[in-house]
Amino acid sequence: MNRFAALIDRLGYEPRRNAKLRLMTDYFRDTPDPERGFALAALTGALSFRHAKPGLIKGLIGERTDPVLFALSYDYVGDLAETVALMWPARTGANEIPHLSDIVAGLNESTKADLPRRLASWLDALDETGRWALLKLITGAMRIGASARLAKTAVARLGTLEPDEIELVWHGLAPPYLDLFAWAEGTGPKPDTVNPAPFHPPMLSHPLEDVGNWRETLDPADFSAEWKWDGIRVQAVGGNDSQGRRVARLYSRTGEDISAAFPDVVDAIQFEGAVDGELLILREGRVQSFNVLQQRLNRKAITAKLLTEYPAHIRAYDLLVDHGEDIRGLTFVERRVRLEALVAKLDHERIDLSAVVPFADWDQLTAARATPASAGAGEDADAVEGIMLKRRDSTYVPGRPKGPWFKWKRDAYTVDAVMMYAQRGHGKRSSFYSDYTFGLWRQGDDGNDELVPVGKAYSGITDEELADLDRFVRKNTTNRFGPVREVVHARDTGVVLEIAFEGLNRSTRHRSGVAMRFPRIHRIRWDKPPREADRLEHLEALLASR
Amino acid sequence: MRPEDLICPTPQGLYCPPADVYIDPMRPVPRALITHGHSDHARAGHGAVMATEETLGIMAVRYGDDFTESRQPTAFGEHVSINGVEISFHPAGHVLGSAQICFSWQGFRAVVSGDYKRLPDRTAGTFEPIRCNLFISEATFGLPVFRHPPSENEVAKLLDSVALFPERAHLVGAYPLGKAQRLMALMRDAGYDKPIYMHGAIARLTEFYQSRGIDLGEIRPVILDERKSLGGAIVICPPSAVQEAWSRKFPDPVTAFASGWMRVRARAKQKGVELPLVVSDHADWDDLGRTIRETGAEEVWVTHGAEEALVHWCETEGIRARPLRLIGYGDEEGEAA
Repeated sequence: MNRFAALIDRLGYEPRRNAKLRLMTDYFRDTPDPERGFALAALTGALSFRHAKPGLIKGLIGERTDPVLFALSYDYVGDLAETVALMWPARTGANEIPHLSDIVAGLNESTKADLPRRLASWLDALDETGRWALLKLITGAMRIGASARLAKTAVARLGTLEPDEIELVWHGLAPPYLDLFAWAEGTGPKPDTVNPAPFHPPMLSHPLEDVGNWRETLDPADFSAEWKWDGIRVQAVGGNDSQGRRVARLYSRTGEDISAAFPDVVDAIQFEGAVDGELLILREGRVQSFNVLQQRLNRKAITAKLLTEYPAHIRAYDLLVDHGEDIRGLTFVERRVRLEALVAKLDHERIDLSAVVPFADWDQLTAARATPASAGAGEDADAVEGIMLKRRDSTYVPGRPKGPWFKWKRDAYTVDAVMMYAQRGHGKRSSFYSDYTFGLWRQGDDGNDELVPVGKAYSGITDEELADLDRFVRKNTTNRFGPVREVVHARDTGVVLEIAFEGLNRSTRHRSGVAMRFPRIHRIRWDKPPREADRLEHLEALLASR
Repeated sequence: MRPEDLICPTPQGLYCPPADVYIDPMRPVPRALITHGHSDHARAGHGAVMATEETLGIMAVRYGDDFTESRQPTAFGEHVSINGVEISFHPAGHVLGSAQICFSWQGFRAVVSGDYKRLPDRTAGTFEPIRCNLFISEATFGLPVFRHPPSENEVAKLLDSVALFPERAHLVGAYPLGKAQRLMALMRDAGYDKPIYMHGAIARLTEFYQSRGIDLGEIRPVILDERKSLGGAIVICPPSAVQEAWSRKFPDPVTAFASGWMRVRARAKQKGVELPLVVSDHADWDDLGRTIRETGAEEVWVTHGAEEALVHWCETEGIRARPLRLIGYGDEEGEAA
């Protein structure tokens, strides 16, 4: 486990794809079966066991450390698993260091009652990094700095396989993947499982703005436009297994099989083929906001109530496989014809077609992007994130090729707000005051202007700007409420933040009556005195205009 | 008598009234005792400076020979009496020449630790615990999340990475005084026998270490035009250089950083480090506690760092403790501690 933990740790710091590959291949080469197979399962998200709750871990550390020291440490580190991993009183040599395979087996056979004892004995034996990885793993919060696809590529690199060959057999395999490793290393035959509904790595786009003077260099006649919907990119694949039974699977854009979470959509996959699309929640034909979709994501229990209240749909963008024929080599226009035919024939309420946005020149498209409601998106315009541009002659190329596909996101709204409170961040930005509550002016009950909080932002700035704001917060604190610092926000002293946000909703939970979508700091306006910040009426007007 | 009659915090730093000397003062004073050469402790411009010969040498390297009007070298264990106060210097294990300073007066003994560590380090000497009534400790890593692993393991991580990525240069950010030379020594002790490269800002201090008989093997300064050819080499540089244009000419560099702060992931990621090495020249949490117990002190003052946690720990151990909140220490060495 310590070696696996060291791999996970190193992957988390390594930004380069090729270096990640080499780290993983090196690990797979040096680590015996079945340990490496369970590691591959962990890397690809294929391990499943009952997750432990943070409360269990807090209980264990509470029995072993002083509560004041724990609180100070947690505040500093900003991450529970890491704090516990570092504070855990080591008892090196107390137990045998567990293998990842021991841990997986132990978790599967442990009961709720004996889990704490098992966990404690593993933590006693592991080092800091091992404890951290174990705690992340069992709470289901392990973030791997590499995609499932990359891990499979690393296995392929053990020999001469192509990653796609592994992809095609992957869904018939199970941890610890003895047959896969044998095949990859050339010591065994190809595992005899053909996945009747395999995942195909998706094609991704580049921001249009990255192309210098694109209005001149790109010809509108070469492109087809669609709305870019604000859901999650998925792939719906249907096929027949060797016994002729229908197999339907839904994959995330990284190839994770998410069928279990979306039985309603899987039911609609009554075709043989692979559809690339956007998963959205539709109620009475209207696309719901991403906030609504989020209520459906990451749920452990898929209840009937959830399925009724959050009906999932697929808006189809593209067709990769049509009745067993791989058509990724056809042009977009050709694939589109096939897609339209498939969706029409299927005639299922859960799967519809992503509409084409007509335009003759860039000005028309610019107008459509600015007001999707009047350009065909109608009442769904709020769920439009922007425009997708696809070259009509583009084949479907996995990855992010330069040139064929572009995304052109809508301009965000901005507002100048005043920082009112600050809180320390977690994770990457722990120990910095990085979460800011900001407010706008309005007339108070006494007739004088007052600031009312309208939102909270914790991203959008560089590390240097963060350091500047952190310093400002520390030097200008006027009050403390537990972890929250009140920051000076008078008419002439304070800091103005230009906040960008994607949308606005009425909210009864906010004192201001409005809630912003994805607010982030666009700029720090050191030059602007707080009295010149925007007023709440500005947001009210925005709401009214929609 | 009260402990404050012998040692008391002032805006200039710790002061010993009966001897009329300051310890590691932040501003120029007539007479200063200096624990070690890091520039947040050792500043130029004092009238007279008493320190170990190595610390005086380091100050001369950094500030020039005229950093003080009068130097008074002292050897470890040697006793000097000033106005009835017995003063002696003892090894602190922090960096070359680093010392704790012991004050005995009217049957009361106070020890100012300066910065110290307990892990073995052949470039810095071995910390000696001194029995005392008042122990004045640092607390740079005064939280129980800081437990420094054996430094050999961290250096092994670096050498493993060099083996796995033999075409990439490995840039190791390290504080130029102490940490840089300790890393060199650790690599040699791990059997690494190729030349180790260093940034120009580290050269003079490294040469000073070598002139004091510390064997670091072959250390080569980086020649700017040769950077492209240094694939597979290990290059020690000041932490700031890792982010600068200087570093971009190396072949696909792996950026490593040697510091106790590397124990916490968020800190390492905030700095864009790819290979964090937990190597520190300060006592970790366990060693702070162990040291306080070994001094037998009935009172502990905490100069700088995470004083709140250490003060709390002392109280749970029945030891009187208070934070001094001295401003200015820990600033210069900062993230590289």
